[in-house]
Amino acid sequence: MRNRDANPARTAWLVVAGLVVFMLVLAGCGGGDDSTTGGSSDEALQKVGKGEGEVSLVSWAGYVEPGWSKPFEQKTGCKVNNKEAGTSDEMVELMKSGQYDGVSASGNATARLVAAGLVAPVNVDLVPNYKTVFADLKDQPYNTFDGVNYGIPHGRGANLLMWNPSDVEPAPDSWNVTMDPKVAAKYKGKISQYDDPMSIAEAAVYLMTHEPDLGIENPYELNEEQFNAAVDLMKEQQPNVGEYWGEAAKQISGFANGDNVVGTTWQYQYFALKGEGVPVEASPASQGFLPKEGATGWSDTWMIAKDAKHPNCMYEWMNWIIEPKVNAEVAEWFGEAPAQELACKETENKNFCAEYHAEEPQFWERVYYWETPLADCGNGEEDCMDYNDWVQAWTSIKG
Amino acid sequence: MASEAVVERRSVGHRLADLFHGRPRLQVGALLAGPVGWLVIGYLGSLALLLVAAFWSVDPLSGLTEKNFTLENFETLVNEPVYRDIVWRTVRTALLVTITDAVIAFPIAFYMAKLASRRGKALLVIAILLPLWSSYLVKVYAWRTLLSANGAINWALDPIGLSGPGYGTTAVWLVMSYLWLPYMILPIYAGLERIPNSLISASEDLGASPFTTFRRVILPLSFPAVVAGSIFTFSLTLGDYITPRLVSNDQFIGNVIFSNVANNQPFAAALATVPIVVMIAYLLVARRLGAFEHV
Repeated sequence: MRNRDANPARTAWLVVAGLVVFMLVLAGCGGGDDSTTGGSSDEALQKVGKGEGEVSLVSWAGYVEPGWSKPFEQKTGCKVNNKEAGTSDEMVELMKSGQYDGVSASGNATARLVAAGLVAPVNVDLVPNYKTVFADLKDQPYNTFDGVNYGIPHGRGANLLMWNPSDVEPAPDSWNVTMDPKVAAKYKGKISQYDDPMSIAEAAVYLMTHEPDLGIENPYELNEEQFNAAVDLMKEQQPNVGEYWGEAAKQISGFANGDNVVGTTWQYQYFALKGEGVPVEASPASQGFLPKEGATGWSDTWMIAKDAKHPNCMYEWMNWIIEPKVNAEVAEWFGEAPAQELACKETENKNFCAEYHAEEPQFWERVYYWETPLADCGNGEEDCMDYNDWVQAWTSIKG
Repeated sequence: MASEAVVERRSVGHRLADLFHGRPRLQVGALLAGPVGWLVIGYLGSLALLLVAAFWSVDPLSGLTEKNFTLENFETLVNEPVYRDIVWRTVRTALLVTITDAVIAFPIAFYMAKLASRRGKALLVIAILLPLWSSYLVKVYAWRTLLSANGAINWALDPIGLSGPGYGTTAVWLVMSYLWLPYMILPIYAGLERIPNSLISASEDLGASPFTTFRRVILPLSFPAVVAGSIFTFSLTLGDYITPRLVSNDQFIGNVIFSNVANNQPFAAALATVPIVVMIAYLLVARRLGAFEHV
């Protein structure tokens, strides 16, 4: 009897001891971290061979749809496995799993993917359709690193200022309706703000016009003073915010119910609300021009995984997605400007490229595509705030 | 042929039976090897991994984990007031939801256990379990619609000159109390069922008023069940991050973990230790209160 009583306690101690050893072993595994930075075009594929029969993609919702992925499968014999991601962070996380061949990365993910050694350079000579991609999308800081191309441009757009015209009059031409505390107070509790650290860049874009003394040149490259000014602006905005939206469905219901009347949005929500018959207008979508400060935006890039299991199929896909006809289809489906120049002749709505300013480089000069904030702003001093600082600041803004 | 095969099979079975015969420890060992292995490796192992990761750091550029020991994550957690606010808000809501659910659940459970007819009891059990069959997200979005400025709550309250709470901290408390109520009712119901009716009669026979009977007999006997139910409501509230995200702008511990998990896993892991510590403390108190003695 006494023996039996002693047993459970001894077993418990053994389990604890085992766990401690297990943890120590794990902690001891440190040091062997091989983070790879930079790369050279030598690493890129030199020749596209026969397809491997399938390709696994990580993409934004609406980028890989049966309308153009089925014909791709028939043409190349590469079966498409698609995984949709909701945020750039999620995309980086999925790519770390090593299960995917490629990703449609926005500019706030590309530098991280390259720095983490998760993606390989792309040999653009093997992508025939690349030749006719808009020149102002080639060799940009978010798709080309140290002079090496890391991807194929997919399409671009500006983040929108959306409002309900029955509550917000006259139609705003400035972000001051959400950013200037005095103006925004009119819509207290009814402002809808994107729930993401990247929103700090919206404040920075606003400050570029309204506080020129801060000297902000790139809203993603902020030194401490500039960053604090942007964060303070967002903190002032916070009491006026009705809802921070993380997922499109939340914002759609917010505008449809009338709880939100003005805020930042994407094409997707704007079109969904229009489709439901909710009165909404958006700049630049329905207005044709940007708010006067400019806007944040995105320019997405198809990248190939460093250890892609199906590299040939991935190259076929990167060429396919900027095929004039296909790129036109994607752009119209999603509501963004195509990356392919020749796509403008293939759109169903013949006015599409004009409406989305696809062929007007001067329009895009005031669209600040998402980038990963890095400590190194290119001035040789590591004095900028990095993405972790942005994430922490975002937590304290919301409180 | 066939009979030979049977003989063969039986003999294997026999040999196994012989092996286990008279060896209780081997019997228990074989029975528990799978579940315990799962518990230790799959469950505790992943927890251990999480705790270890909390002491690592992250390369700001690539977001990759750097496996060198540091206390930096915990320092940030303690020194930044915003995290204290978030932890306190989460724990406070969990406590409020627990108290609310206990107060609502007790009369319902009492009616089910002691007063309702068999039919009424069955109907009530179904009514309580029914919401658990629909998706969590559907329920939260339904509350979003109810709480909207132009929603049903305001519509109903408007004629008497009142308005609903709208989105915010109160909304989180309301929705969580709704979501986790069944997890409080069922343990209390089970606990009350176990109290013999004769005890209540005896108390009455001895001249106790209904209130005294409740206070001196029913409550002490059913209290462990209330504490058991509170473990569910408390821990479910503590870990939720979707409800706060959908019906308020409040950040809970889970929200901050969520926003850090992709880019700064070590910090997310450090944050995740907070609910673990809170829950351990809560369970210790619950054990003191006798929650594990009967349930």
